[in-house]
Amino acid sequence: MSYSRRVADLLRAAGAEEGDNVRVSVGVIERSGVLMPHHEFSDPDVVVLKQRSGYNIGVRLTEGATLTMASKGAKRDREVKSPIIAEGKKRVAVLGTGGTIASYVDYRTGAVHPALSATDLVSAVPEMAEVCQVDAKVIFSIFSENMRVEYWQRLAEEVADRLSRGDEGVIVPHGTDTMGYTSAALSFMLDDLPGPVVLVGAQRSSDRPSSDAYTNLISAARFCVGSDAAEVFVLMHGSMSDDTFAVHRGTRVRKMHTSRRDAFQSINEGPVARMDQLGRIEALSPYRVKSSSKVRLRKGMEEKVCLVHFYPGMSPSALESFLAQHQGAVIAGTGLGHVSRELVEVVRKQAKKGLPVVMTSQCLSGRVNLNVYDTGRDLLNAGVIPGEDMLPETALVKLMWVLANTKGPEQTRSLMLTNMKGEISERREA
Amino acid sequence: MTAHQLTCGIEIHQQLDTKKLFCSCATELVEDPGVELHRRLRPTQSELGEVDRAALAQAERRMRFRYLAPRRVTCLVEADEEPPHDADAQAIEVTLTFSALLHAKVVDEVHFMRKIVIDGSNTTGFQRTALVAVDGALEVDGRRITIQSICLEEDAARKMEAKGQEVTYKLDRLGIPLIEVATGPDMHTPEEVKEVAARLGSLLRATKKVKRGLGTVREDLNISIPGGARVEVKGVQELRMLPEYVQREVDRQRSLLLVQERLRSKMVSPVRTDAVDLTAIMKDCRSKVIASALSKGGKVLGAPLPGFEGVMKSPDGHLRLGAEMAQRARMRAGVMGIFHSDELPGYGISPEEVAAMRGAMSIEGEGAFAICADEAGKAEAALRAAVERANMALEGVPEETRDPLPDGSTAYSRPLPGASRMYPETDVKPITITERRMEEVRSRLPELPEEKVDRFVTKYGIHEQQARQIVRDGYEDLFEEVAIKYDLAAVAARTLLSTLPEIQKEGADVAKLDDAPLLKAFAALHDGRFAKEALPLVLKRMSEGRTVDEAVSDLGLQRLDGEEAEAIVAEVVRERQAFVKEKGMGAVGPLMGPVMERLRGKVDGKMASELLKKEIAKVVQGSR
Repeated sequence: MSYSRRVADLLRAAGAEEGDNVRVSVGVIERSGVLMPHHEFSDPDVVVLKQRSGYNIGVRLTEGATLTMASKGAKRDREVKSPIIAEGKKRVAVLGTGGTIASYVDYRTGAVHPALSATDLVSAVPEMAEVCQVDAKVIFSIFSENMRVEYWQRLAEEVADRLSRGDEGVIVPHGTDTMGYTSAALSFMLDDLPGPVVLVGAQRSSDRPSSDAYTNLISAARFCVGSDAAEVFVLMHGSMSDDTFAVHRGTRVRKMHTSRRDAFQSINEGPVARMDQLGRIEALSPYRVKSSSKVRLRKGMEEKVCLVHFYPGMSPSALESFLAQHQGAVIAGTGLGHVSRELVEVVRKQAKKGLPVVMTSQCLSGRVNLNVYDTGRDLLNAGVIPGEDMLPETALVKLMWVLANTKGPEQTRSLMLTNMKGEISERREA
Repeated sequence: MTAHQLTCGIEIHQQLDTKKLFCSCATELVEDPGVELHRRLRPTQSELGEVDRAALAQAERRMRFRYLAPRRVTCLVEADEEPPHDADAQAIEVTLTFSALLHAKVVDEVHFMRKIVIDGSNTTGFQRTALVAVDGALEVDGRRITIQSICLEEDAARKMEAKGQEVTYKLDRLGIPLIEVATGPDMHTPEEVKEVAARLGSLLRATKKVKRGLGTVREDLNISIPGGARVEVKGVQELRMLPEYVQREVDRQRSLLLVQERLRSKMVSPVRTDAVDLTAIMKDCRSKVIASALSKGGKVLGAPLPGFEGVMKSPDGHLRLGAEMAQRARMRAGVMGIFHSDELPGYGISPEEVAAMRGAMSIEGEGAFAICADEAGKAEAALRAAVERANMALEGVPEETRDPLPDGSTAYSRPLPGASRMYPETDVKPITITERRMEEVRSRLPELPEEKVDRFVTKYGIHEQQARQIVRDGYEDLFEEVAIKYDLAAVAARTLLSTLPEIQKEGADVAKLDDAPLLKAFAALHDGRFAKEALPLVLKRMSEGRTVDEAVSDLGLQRLDGEEAEAIVAEVVRERQAFVKEKGMGAVGPLMGPVMERLRGKVDGKMASELLKKEIAKVVQGSR
């Protein structure tokens, strides 16, 4: 909520801005303090004042209240520091995409500012310089829920560029909500990686002393330098403690908890590697190794692909009109990969018109199998492509890429059934 | 206006008996260790977005935290794995009620803040705290005491162990709501400090929603004397100790002012630490401390302190700068202690060794010095801290935070903290307090302590003085329960106010006798398991950890019926027949003693006296 008319007028008349020392009087009560940002949930008549004790209090400016300026707040410029040069160390690119993985608090107003420049980013984590030479750049600054295909493409271009220039690896600080989608997108767009691309996020923002941002970032740097792996990965905490880190394959990883530090999990396979707080790396499963290959970028994406989560009683007509607006669809069905009988007919109709429909499971864990039950066999007959043990989100991103980079339905089907970037496996360990 | 010899303000932290402040966990301390987490905390960036590298290195090296998260009393919120929920409505309500009881002005909107604390006691690295009300007042013994602020905040985790660079905390206490009430610097005698704390305590209890028992209330004292400095004694748990801490702090500051005067009159100037290796001289020393340090490969280092002779420990014991120096050395360098020349020779250090050490440090005459025996690095750090503290004495009393010790003294813990770094807790919604809500709160205020006193007097017939003391000392609920359930108001009043202090004086651990065992004792008395004269004995046994049943059987208190008692009384009278015949009814008084000796706890005094009168009357009548 923003200020009420009365408060907005009082502030304007006094020329008061956030950070200024103001004095207000309401009836017999007088209060002074530093004007703080108005909280979204604050009463529209309330101004928030920071007291000398450091506490913020809300003061309601009722009819007849006055507000005067005591003194303008001092504007403090941040000192611009040159990047720390770590001579003789391998160069690692850090490509910022937003989120608050690196941010700082203005204790005067209490506002949390994202570290927008490359130097901000590196000076926030000076230990990085002990591991590698950091070449940081902020590409865009958005919340990850606002991510779009075109951002994936821009990011992929930058990554390819850095690896072509000979950087040892690329770290991508990323908001956690859609980090798994981005890691899948980069996995399909980038071929013949000479070094690793590590997406890293934070479940506690970096303005907090307990933030996991720093340990995740520094571990990502150590992984880029210390491992011989060359794939797209997501690196986050491996437990609720600050001493284990898990490296997940970009096509296999999913955010499985809204808030825990170890929210990211590999589904249908274990993590590729585990690390400890000292940077020791333990490889857990095979991966593609670093080479002097030349990175190949194929960034085409068919944006008109949808992901549908089936539920009992889902309306056939609604699904039909939704599918009709797309060039491809992934369904997260129940169990082994099922939808209701009415929906099978919708799918049949759309598939006949040439719409590729990939079936995945809302169980996430395990492989779809459309041979076991009637509904499954009907879906296969209707032309559905079984999505094997792919995550629904990964199947979505893959279908976008496949549709833009292949010709014809046969090739689409064949690629969707082929393991390209570790997204599909033949076996799942018992 | 005459200058006060003492100025003191109090800050009370009282746990509330509600759910936790930012989640729905139970607010109990438990034995179960639960899940274990390992974390680190990192200093956050300053306004300018920088992290001080030295501070960072220090933090990285020093701090490793092990958290124990037991089930039921902790959840993901305490583990800092889930954002806080809305502030507990009941905790807010209690704070508003308490604010109204103190006539404080409640803010229009409550905003929770994050107060940066990186000692690990909060998993987040900050304590959530909100200022709820300001400018209140209360009257104690006719004097007005101002209330500066009333805050609602979360309690910190419980420190269980500190080993090397790892500190272990249990998360059960983390998040328990605390009301923090701070008075103005308005108290001027040690007793007044206690009275104000007691009064605030009874007002807090009036809300009926505060925790009881040891550790649920913690008091901080801000003490200064003219010419002295503000010293904070932090975390006093026992109300009765407050005057002692205040008085001892006043004495300490006065002594430091005398030290300063003495040093200034001698024109002593600040000393530089020039540590000299005295190991060779002391290699055969008979001091256990020194021998033990040397056997582990340590060194004996010494530092001259020209001019400080006689103030580190004066012959009359009034000047004790040495104790201050030793506390700093222990705190800063982790050594066992230091020796200073005012206490030497002694502790196994011979006059010859003292002379030899002075020689090695080129100290003339009886010049002062301090020594420390430990591994070289620690010993040197300790001497540096000790000399630094000695130099501070030239400036008078340093501002500092001190820990209360059980014997009523205090020990240095750290310098006074600077202004805390606070920024908004954006995960918690601000709470708008309307005038209407405050009107409702004021219309439902709980019974005030003085109202309770009046009611106790009229309803239960106890003396006003007793009622007042019961309410002041926090026995009001227990008293009322006993009065209503067991109809033992007078016994309860006497027991709580007189018996307990008496048996404590006799060495009983009355801290063990909290509400539950006391209620059991009163219930047993009510059931006629023993006579009320035996209550002190029963309680004494119970304070040794016995149940009420065990205590009754230990003491052989099974109550006698009338016939058995009559037989015993008759026997006593028979044994003293001659005396009874001589004195007639006048023998009743003198014979009560022997009778009660046999009957104490088995029948009550009134019955014993009646039986005795009857038996004596028989004898008197028979002899006529």
